[in-house]
This record gives sequence, C-alpha cells and structure tokens, in this order.
Amino acid sequence: MKRILDLRITAVERTSQTSVLLRAAAAEGALPECRPGQFAQLSVEEQGTLLRRPISIHEARDGEILFLVQEVGRGSRWLARRRAGDVVNAVLPLGHGFTCQGLGRGERVLLVGGGVGVAPLLMLGRWWREQGVEPTYLLGGRSKDHLLRLDAFREVGRVEVTTEDGSLGERGFVTDHSLLRQEEFSLIQTCGPTPMMKSVARYARQRGVPCEVSLENHMACGVGACLCCVTADREGHNRCVCTEGPVFPAELIMND
Amino acid sequence: MANLNVKIGNLELRNPVMTASGTFGYGLEFQDFVDLSELGGIIVKGTTLAPREGNPYPRMAETAGGMLNCVGLQNKGVDYFCHHIYPELRGLATNVIVNVSGSSPEDYAECARRIGELEDIPAIELNISCPNVKQGGMAFGVTAQGAATVVKAVRAAYPKTLIVKLSPNVTDITEIARAAEGEGADAVSLINTLMGMAIDAERRRRVLSIGTGGLSGPAVKPVALRMVYQVAQAVGIPVVGLGGIMTASDAVEFLLAGATAVEVGTANFIDPAVSTKIVRGIDEYLARHGFSSVTEIIGQLE
Repeated sequence: MKRILDLRITAVERTSQTSVLLRAAAAEGALPECRPGQFAQLSVEEQGTLLRRPISIHEARDGEILFLVQEVGRGSRWLARRRAGDVVNAVLPLGHGFTCQGLGRGERVLLVGGGVGVAPLLMLGRWWREQGVEPTYLLGGRSKDHLLRLDAFREVGRVEVTTEDGSLGERGFVTDHSLLRQEEFSLIQTCGPTPMMKSVARYARQRGVPCEVSLENHMACGVGACLCCVTADREGHNRCVCTEGPVFPAELIMND
Repeated sequence: MANLNVKIGNLELRNPVMTASGTFGYGLEFQDFVDLSELGGIIVKGTTLAPREGNPYPRMAETAGGMLNCVGLQNKGVDYFCHHIYPELRGLATNVIVNVSGSSPEDYAECARRIGELEDIPAIELNISCPNVKQGGMAFGVTAQGAATVVKAVRAAYPKTLIVKLSPNVTDITEIARAAEGEGADAVSLINTLMGMAIDAERRRRVLSIGTGGLSGPAVKPVALRMVYQVAQAVGIPVVGLGGIMTASDAVEFLLAGATAVEVGTANFIDPAVSTKIVRGIDEYLARHGFSSVTEIIGQLE
C-alpha cells in the first residue's frame, strides 16, 4: 500500500562530486514493503520548487531505505544537502518495478546501469541473489569518478565496468564490453541514459533475450493522475510512466 | 462540527471541497491516501467522445510557484469510461462528476448524453476551456457566442446538474459566465489554467512539446480569486472556485469571494491527502469564527 510518511535521514555519504547516498528510516512506525525498481516522491522545501522529486529506491531492507541522489537541479541539490537528523516527507512505494522472480537457480541475469541509473539495480540484484540467481552487473560511466558505489554492488554480484575514458574497466560504452560477446543471459534489466538503454535493448533483441528498461521521465503526481510523465509505446499510445512503469518491457517502448 | 453542506443545482455536496479534473485521476489512485467519502465530490479526468492520445512528452514544466502542463486531454473515450471505469466508481461514497470535453458542439452533446445515462454520475463539468487542444476546447470558451453554442447543445442533451468550466484566457470572464448562465448552466467553475510558456535557456528550446501549456498552482491564485469575485457578482447561479488552492485558508478565501464550492487541483500532486485536510481546515475556520454553517461565509466579505 502506498503511504505518505516522514523519513528521518540517518546518514549522508558523498558518492561522487555530484551525487550522494541518503540513508533514511521511517520517522515513526515501519516502512512499507518496497520492491526493486519502485520509486518514492520526495518533498523538497526549496524556493522556486513546487513539486516532489521522483527518486528511485536504491535499497530498502531491515527498516532502512537508501536513495542515490544525483544533483541536477534545485530539487535534487536540496535533497543532497540534507544532514543526519533531517526529515524528508515521502510518498512511497510508487510504480511498477522490475520483474524479480521467475528465473530458475543457475540462470543468469545481466543488470546494466549507467550514471545514477545504477540506483535501482542494487536492490534488484539482492532480490535475485536471494533466489539463487547470481546477478552480473555491467556498469558504465564517463570515468571512474562517475561509477557510483562499486563496492556495494560487488557485495551483491560480479561487477564488470566500462568507462568512456578508460580510467577503469574496459574503455567504451557498456554495449562495447567483451562479456556481451562471450556470455549468455536469460534476462537483461537496465536503467540509465536513454541512448544507453536503447543500445542495450537492441543488443537484447538481436540475441533474443528478454529485456526490461526503467525510465526516468519528469513527473508531477507520481500516482497516475496527471499523465504528465507519459512515454509513447511502439504503437504510438501514450503510457503512464509512474504507474505502468517506470519499468517496461523493452519491446513495448523501444523499437529502434 | 459546522454544517458544511452546499448545493450546486440539484447536486448536494456534503462539503464544498471537490478535486479538480486532471489532478485526481478517477479518485481510485488516491484511495491509499484519503477517505473519498470525506470529500464533497471528485471531478474525474476530461472525457471525450472518441479516445485521445493527448500531446507528446514533455508535457510538464515546473515554474515559480506553479507548473505548466500540456497533457491535451489524453483519455480512452466515453465508451471506455462507461464500460470499464464507471463500474469501478459506482461504489465510491462521494459525488463523482465527469469533466466532458469535445471538438464540436455535437461531440460535447453526445458525450454528455452518454454520461447522462449513468445513474451514479449526478453532474458533469463542461470543459470549454482546455488550452492544450487544437480544435474545440478553449476555442469555445473564449467568446460568449462560442460558450453559448456549446452550453445550449449540451443542455438539450443533458438533464442533470451542468457545471461549465471557464477559461481565464479572456478579456472579460463575466461575459462568458453570463452566456453560460443564459443557456441554462446550473453553475460555472473557474478558473481553468492560464496559458503560459517555458523556455530552457541552456538548450535554447521550448520546454513543452507543443510550446505552450496551462499554468496552475499557487502562482495563479490571485487571478483566480479576482475572477471568482467578479463572476459571483455577475451571475445568479452558483460559482465553483479553483486555481492554486493549497490550504484551507485559500479555500475559505474563495468562499468569501463568492464561491459556493471549491476544487483542489495541483495541490494533490504535492500532498495526495491535502483535499481532506482542507475539509477539516474549513470546519476549524468556521468554529474559530463562530459560524454554524459554511453557507454563512459564501460571498460574505466585510
């Protein structure tokens, strides 16, 4: 069930020059159950902003919830300036997350992330691992400084990396990585910049592997009321990202 | 608790707070947050005779104290509403009002007629003021003649309570309100969004896919309040006030300006539970000032 609740920030850790990890807990009572790929609408009290900010749930377990916040505008900069003890109001959990069951033990899932789009993949990988499915992460960034929380991902699964400048892992984009030519997966799940997700979806289609993509469209309500966040599907129908998504089967919305 | 009942045409509201079309979905989306039976009514998404895809993304831009949208009446059409959505709404313990839009008087009338057949929909809100569609929509709402033509056609097809939603994008809104009243509207609601624009200087681009959109939120409240005040003086039918209502105090201001009821819109995005908080806040205001009924403050400026 979706709830409006106050979260108390318990710790803030810088993860790059332009991003932070917020650790939080329910100020009162328990956190509602959250699934991988869902998001929260966090309220922002900053002059010049009005709306909440949709932020992906990075991890939620044992009464703690984590958010990776990339500083891109006034709202996210305000969130990134929070300190331990501060209270942030949240509406959560929202949206339709990733598929996180249905693979058998020994099957392999590839989780491809770029930039702050890696956020939902941490919890997703843990869910798979708890079902005996070993996740492989393929994470990309401009340079090693743009790869967020690699150590946390390494605790969940094997991590392969690409950087555009070659400062860590293989040089190039995620879709250039050698593992894509050498290994087979039963499912690919991705979140990151649209061009990256499009090329991942193209790779998956060529290989005949099911693929899910997670969108980060701008939103107003986050609950399916305003229809501001839509994305056009392959047939030209506008789909509501905050309720039908943010995770969609790639073949539903990407065909190029 | 004060008596909060108000009446719009034949429509009895348990309190003057409704939710504005396009900001509350079909109500079902908000059931985790509010007890819908605590609301005077909910005005569900704009419905048209034929399905509409609306405008392309991006459809929204945040602005100082407000937001622009150019959704463009995306909806699955009146048949889908009647067969798939209405059955889910029948059990709701509040007034469910359908916002009806169209691109010709005939479209509006036929859509209204179909909604009129639905036993548990006691009223419609006629949208002659959507700024985000090319044909119809606001085109009918910006001239007295246009408004009269649509209201007349719908009035002939729809016997229940008819609320006409007015555009603020006009020189004299009282003229349009009087035209609607003259053709048999039971009430007018105002204001729909104010047409605006957002530009991304860094990219040197228009932010919204169609360039312009409708402004809502606290930024428009003073304009809305002024127009509600003017229209309430100009017509004899009830006025429903909306535009930037975020708090109970905002709602009370609209009632004092002459509105019989109010609609809460953009505020639902910021606090999904705000509508029922506003109901309770109005009650507290009445108690604090010693009024026993909300009707005692409607249009009662000193």
